[in-house]
Amino acid sequence: MTPAGSLLEAHDLRKTYGPTPALDGASFSVHPGEVVAVMGPSGSGKSTLLHCLAGIITPDSGTVTYGGRELSAMSDAERSALRRSDFGFVFQFGQLVPELTCVENVALPLRLNGVKRKQAERTALEWMERLEVEDLAAQRPGEVSGGQGQRVAVARALAPSPKVVFADEPTGALDSLNGERVMELLTESARTAGTAVVLVTHEARVAAYADRDVVVRDGRSRDPEYAV
Amino acid sequence: MSIGHTLLGLLESGPRHGYDLKRAFDEKFGHDRPLHYGQVYATMSRLLKNGLVEVDGVETDGGPERKRYAITDAGITDVAAWLAQPEKPEPYLQSTLYTKVVLALLTGRDAADLLDAQRSEHLRLMRILTDRKRQGDLADQLICDHALFHLEADLRWLELTSARLGRLAEVVAP
Ligand SMILES: Nc1ncnc2c1ncn2[C@@H]1O[C@H](COP(=O)(O)OP(=O)(O)OP(=O)(O)O)[C@@H](O)[C@H]1O
Ligand SMILES: [Mg+2]
Repeated sequence: MTPAGSLLEAHDLRKTYGPTPALDGASFSVHPGEVVAVMGPSGSGKSTLLHCLAGIITPDSGTVTYGGRELSAMSDAERSALRRSDFGFVFQFGQLVPELTCVENVALPLRLNGVKRKQAERTALEWMERLEVEDLAAQRPGEVSGGQGQRVAVARALAPSPKVVFADEPTGALDSLNGERVMELLTESARTAGTAVVLVTHEARVAAYADRDVVVRDGRSRDPEYAV
Repeated sequence: MSIGHTLLGLLESGPRHGYDLKRAFDEKFGHDRPLHYGQVYATMSRLLKNGLVEVDGVETDGGPERKRYAITDAGITDVAAWLAQPEKPEPYLQSTLYTKVVLALLTGRDAADLLDAQRSEHLRLMRILTDRKRQGDLADQLICDHALFHLEADLRWLELTSARLGRLAEVVAP
């Protein structure tokens, strides 16, 4: 049985790179507006699971279902379109575009979704205010600190009002104080907007910002939401 | 925590009644465990006997008599000495968790399950404290953070131990 009312769910995912299985029967689910932490030792398959959930890589077997549609049944173009319209991403190192200013970076996903420049930058600024980095609008990513850049990245992920934000070690490069603040702002904004968050982290204090946690060990995860 | 030293410290800003002291203590330090009147009363009589406080006045407006306490010079010196003395770091060498893990291995039970269950319980408490921190003021945040860092240390130990269970099993149950 699959978890009732879930937005995104994965069942029995397997993925092998060469001889090593990265995922070996992983299951997962997240409900709308829910923040779920994915925890586990290094190399256990957390990032691989996140990439499968987001349709960035295709598992060898198993299913990922988003809003009732199976990702593997979509074409590459459909999956990219879905990622642009419904998903947001935050990684360990902000991965902002160095040539663009911070506000242009935050506006970028909106622009890619066809929003006009002025409107996109207005929305981008609102999100930068919420993340307390509106003063950095005109700076380029090379001119801001790691913690500030990470807040800009969170604003960029949330600006297009995605249904799901995927965050892979979003505080990994930050000290405790900045890491906590980024988590506070990310979870608060996501909860207010009803956005689901899949949060990969090996830090318990970061995971404690989530509603619940799923542990991955040796490529296997058991989601307690799944009644066996 | 030394209740005596804390109450003494609270008296440094001026004389107070026992009831005032309890209220100030509960507000600043008592979050989960407010003081009992009995504790305040017993502590103040001890401080009085040791010359660290003196009675600054007694009121008897109808009800039972209420003493007003003031800190003495000896009391101020005592607070200063307590603050200057580092606390002994607690090494937790007699960990119940360690005992449970070893006992599970010795008796052929599933130590990994035990560690997993403990891990969930720790994280559950960490979520509650994080939530409280989110809603609280700076003082709440600092108190919760202290607890969170300690729980995190336990959790890291749980993770490390579960990664080493195989080797531990060979050592304790040959
Ligand atoms: N592109 C790849 N090519 C080859 N092997 C890979 C690739 N991506 C992941 N792996 C392997 O798959 C396993 C799981 O990797 P994954 O990145 O998912 O781990 P993780 O849990 O995210 O670890 P970490 O906490 O260190 O980020 C590892 O053994 C890793 O070496
Ligand atoms: Mg990873």
